[in-house]
Amino acid sequence: MIRKKFRDNGLKAWLYLLPAILFLGVFMVYPLIDVFIYSFEEGYNSASQTYFGVGLYNYSYVLHDSYFLQAVKNTFLLVIITVPLSTGIALLISVGLSSIKPLRNLFQTIYFLPYVTNTLAVGLVFMILFKKTAYSDGLVNLLINWFGGGSVDFIDGPYWAKMFVLCFYTVWVVMPFKILILTSALSSVDPVYYNAARVDGTSGFRMFRKITLPMISPMIFYLVITGFIGAFKAYSDVVALFGTNLNAAEMNTIVGYVYDMLYGDSGGYPSYASAAAILLFAIVLTITCSNLLISSKKIHY
Amino acid sequence: MEVILQNLTKKFPGRDRKRREDVIAVNDFTFEIPDGELIGLLGPSGCGKSTTLNLISGLIKPTSGRIFFGEDDVTDLPPENRGIGLVFQNYALYPHLTVRQNILFPLENLKGKDRLTKSQMAERALQAAGLVQIEELMERKPKELSGGQQQRVAIARALVKRPRVLLLDEPLSNLDARLRLQTREEIRRIQKETGITTIFVTHDQEEAMSISDRIVVMRDGVVQQIGKPQEVYDNPVNLFVAKFLGTPPINVFDGRVRGGKLYIGEEAVLDVADVPDQSVYAAVRPEGFLPAGDGPLSCALTGVEVMGRDISVVSKNKASLNPAVRAIIGTENRVDRGAIVRFALKPGKVFLFRTDSEQRIPFEVK
Repeated sequence: MIRKKFRDNGLKAWLYLLPAILFLGVFMVYPLIDVFIYSFEEGYNSASQTYFGVGLYNYSYVLHDSYFLQAVKNTFLLVIITVPLSTGIALLISVGLSSIKPLRNLFQTIYFLPYVTNTLAVGLVFMILFKKTAYSDGLVNLLINWFGGGSVDFIDGPYWAKMFVLCFYTVWVVMPFKILILTSALSSVDPVYYNAARVDGTSGFRMFRKITLPMISPMIFYLVITGFIGAFKAYSDVVALFGTNLNAAEMNTIVGYVYDMLYGDSGGYPSYASAAAILLFAIVLTITCSNLLISSKKIHY
Repeated sequence: MEVILQNLTKKFPGRDRKRREDVIAVNDFTFEIPDGELIGLLGPSGCGKSTTLNLISGLIKPTSGRIFFGEDDVTDLPPENRGIGLVFQNYALYPHLTVRQNILFPLENLKGKDRLTKSQMAERALQAAGLVQIEELMERKPKELSGGQQQRVAIARALVKRPRVLLLDEPLSNLDARLRLQTREEIRRIQKETGITTIFVTHDQEEAMSISDRIVVMRDGVVQQIGKPQEVYDNPVNLFVAKFLGTPPINVFDGRVRGGKLYIGEEAVLDVADVPDQSVYAAVRPEGFLPAGDGPLSCALTGVEVMGRDISVVSKNKASLNPAVRAIIGTENRVDRGAIVRFALKPGKVFLFRTDSEQRIPFEVK
């Protein structure tokens, strides 16, 4: 009797889960498995649906491809630089925003504007800021000249200059969302804790370190995780800044490499693309898991 | 450490767009709290008792008036320099720290010559924990504790830096009834053991009466009466205080004094020879009724509640301002389940108040 009821309930649960499972299965799980299979099929041709053999050659090729290694280097640099930087700056700005009273709403709106601004408009702004044209060297170069430095070609120039622009752009683009999350996290800390700390003579810095930070640590952790994942998937921003021929510009990312392998001028290699995609998946998975492991000791829910 | 409040006043700017005038939360509060006493600030919500506590703690600044701790004028000192321990209504224990870390927190803030060594700190923390009997909970997080245990941790945290004055904001309101009884005795014990001048805020008159050396009854920011709990209960200065203290609440009747006698309805219930003729509010404590076959006050009986220790007689009277007249009588009395119950009144349990100012009208009890 009890068992029958239990089975009925199980059936019902599956029924309710069905739409989501179907959707996820068709559009997420199946493609993932498919890509995994492709990555082991050597010389797969999507038109004729044929391949030569099965093995690790695709991985070996990708891992020895200097373009892929460059893309991995670029992606890691981007992740390592922008995630801590943007989270740190966002935290500073949020704390500043939370501690001022007059014009607070105005500043909050201003800081949130980039989030609702069109990507093309943002690209245009960065062009004006950084790009050398026949008429001007860009606003940033004007500033550098003003202080007596020589012009730098940020878009087509040295590697560090291009990486700087990319990081600057990424930090700037992700900032509004982080500020939004952090200001709301800060305002959700019960002020009674600050009162208690004040009565006990806690210094401002210690209050921040011992009360504010632990209290908002789950939100910071959330931002770091999503920041990592977002930065690993960077592609469109790079295209917006440096055009589509990213390999030539030495500014390709892993996602960009996958795209180029599929559809780029040198493309038409779904097997290599699959192998690269699986590698990216493995990297993101590893980093997210280790993040979770580290954080479970440091985060206070 | 005695605490002296001098003409303490706090006004808040009116938030309402239509009514811009200031809200006076505390109005001209003057009181000298003797060293080592336990003081209960008592009143209905919004009467300014919490504001008074926050003024003493320094979390808010008074509009006018001075606050002294002993000889020191602390009015302009920030809370951290006043030497107070404050226990918040919801305890405000840091949820990410263990009990030990919570108790150590105030000590770790000390700087310069006040700074203790690690072992001194640990010793002080253990001492404070011992005082509230939570030594075995030191490594737990606040959410792993019951409400009563959290309360103790909060008190230990407030005491660990040896404050001059201990302030408790609604210390028992988050506890269940049984724990409340136990905790209030605990607070009393801790206060007596440490001898720290303690001020606590409550809206529960029973709580205030049971443990305070002195109670301060407040209403709309104005102090109504200050005194020993029994004195205030036995001698309320006005109708508000009489109504606020005591459970079940005092019974109030529309009355009239004529020719030295107090009339409730058409019945002359008490001799009040020295009171001039006027209409009055006559208030009778529930324990002020004596059932008597020939008693002067007659009420229509509606029910008898047996409570074990005593009997509660519920009845109706036309002149009563309460929905029901409630009398508490001893179990040795028998109440016949007739339609009418007659009472005599104990003169010491009857108070007369003016109908206009609601101030007490004294009369001589024979």
